[in-house]
Amino acid sequence: MIVFDQVQKSYQVGGRAIPALHPTSMTIETGEVFGIVGHSGAGKSTLIRLINKLEPATGGRILIDDEDITRYSSADLRAFRRKVGMIFQHFNLLSSKTVADNIAFPMKLAGIYSKPEIRSRVEELLARVSLSEHANKYPSQLSGGQKQRVGIARALACRPTILLCDEATSALDPQTTQSVLKLLADINKELGLTIVLITHEMDVVRRVCDRVAVMDAGRVVEMGPVSKVFLHPQHPTTRDFVFESESVDRDELQEDLQKAEGRILRLTFKGESTYKPLLGSVARQSGVDFSILSGRIDHIKDTPYGQLTLSLVGGDLDVAMRALEAADVHVEVVR
Amino acid sequence: MEALMENLMGNVDWLEIGVASWDTLVMVGMSLLFSIIIGLPIGVLLFLFGKRQLLEQPVAYAVLSFVVNVLRSVPFIILLIVMIPFTVMLIGTSLGVAGAIPPLVAGGAPFFARLVETSLREVDRGIIEATQAMGANIRQIIFGALLPEALPGIIAGITVTAITLVSYAAMSGVIGGGGLGDLAIRFGYQRFQTDVMVITVALLVIFVQLLQMAGDRLVLYFSRK
Repeated sequence: MIVFDQVQKSYQVGGRAIPALHPTSMTIETGEVFGIVGHSGAGKSTLIRLINKLEPATGGRILIDDEDITRYSSADLRAFRRKVGMIFQHFNLLSSKTVADNIAFPMKLAGIYSKPEIRSRVEELLARVSLSEHANKYPSQLSGGQKQRVGIARALACRPTILLCDEATSALDPQTTQSVLKLLADINKELGLTIVLITHEMDVVRRVCDRVAVMDAGRVVEMGPVSKVFLHPQHPTTRDFVFESESVDRDELQEDLQKAEGRILRLTFKGESTYKPLLGSVARQSGVDFSILSGRIDHIKDTPYGQLTLSLVGGDLDVAMRALEAADVHVEVVR
Repeated sequence: MEALMENLMGNVDWLEIGVASWDTLVMVGMSLLFSIIIGLPIGVLLFLFGKRQLLEQPVAYAVLSFVVNVLRSVPFIILLIVMIPFTVMLIGTSLGVAGAIPPLVAGGAPFFARLVETSLREVDRGIIEATQAMGANIRQIIFGALLPEALPGIIAGITVTAITLVSYAAMSGVIGGGGLGDLAIRFGYQRFQTDVMVITVALLVIFVQLLQMAGDRLVLYFSRK
């Protein structure tokens, strides 16, 4: 468990303290995938670096499994860092070392593993990230996705309990992003390690995270389970991110809504109700005519969801709304 | 043919040329070795003490940088003369091959240190950060990540330093340093033996070419980017 207790960080610039993170308190549970989303400069990079003290906090306490890491001596800190893996946007592999040597590197630094131990662990990890045949290549001979998989294998070498992902997929194409995210999700399930990832793409959060914190200008402005934050965003920044990830043009949507007749409802289906043929039966029951203005069916992590914006004309609206709510559909009246 | 050679190169004593070449080789080799031994740690310290680096130390950096700059700003021919008392103290003579090595190191080490500093700055900061995140201490960061990553740049630096030392070594002939430079000055310049001058210059050119080629090959061999 990672507990932030009134943690803050500011940088000294020309004698003045510029805050990068305003006092923040939050808890990241053991074994969850926790996403931090924000635009560049929002403070998410600083936040993730506080966890392994690459950046020291300037106030507050950070408790990791009940130990205050802000008080660690440098020797304690080095031992602690071996239990926290980290992967990076630009992979940060050593170009002078082979794939196998890159993965072995943290184990060699730790100085507590024998050579055969290192060799067998490296083989195991290479197989886990499906790169066994590339063991003796150099990073420059690999594709971006392969490099990130080496990064993941390296981060896992010393069997960490926490994995920090610093924009781990931002330099990858969509397809490679998919496969890297799947690997992260699998690792989280298999090893039960806690993953903290920062990203500027809500889509990444939607695919792998259990909970998310949205950051804006050095503050966490919204936090909660991904399904809640994603489907019912409250803060304007969060809304921006959700719209962005759905590639919805807000102006166009407004125009569409203005042209539509009658009441406008936004329906949110989650889980099983996503697949039920509900609208037809509701229309028959209530005599309401509807047209679909926009809609989307997708997954949040493993849970299917659907979101429809409808305009309804005629019939008995109350009956329709009751029938929808009875079927576990979240109804929001837009107009 | 032999008559032609006799006419063109009447003054050339090939044995003496051979000895002088060997002396130059020894002067360059020894001074390069000591320049690396002294310059490498200074270069690493310059890098580490630098702004926003791992051991940021503005005062230590300023002092070290000043010493390096002073040695580098003195023209080598002056450094040769200024160093004489120190050289005598250190090895008993300021003449010959041995006497030339201390001033050569005094010129070569600070030059190489700057090249090391520059090539360490070329190492991606992300790699240093990643190594820190793995729990490495400063020694492990230097020997495990920084130096291996900067190796091609450092080898290129050694090549440039070696070539600079070839020309410095030739200059040391002025104060009785020995080697090809000494030969060129005593015979080529003072006795107007143009043929000796041409041969020594040609040998120096070949020597520099060989150094550059070997250096380039090594850089290529160690570059994984």
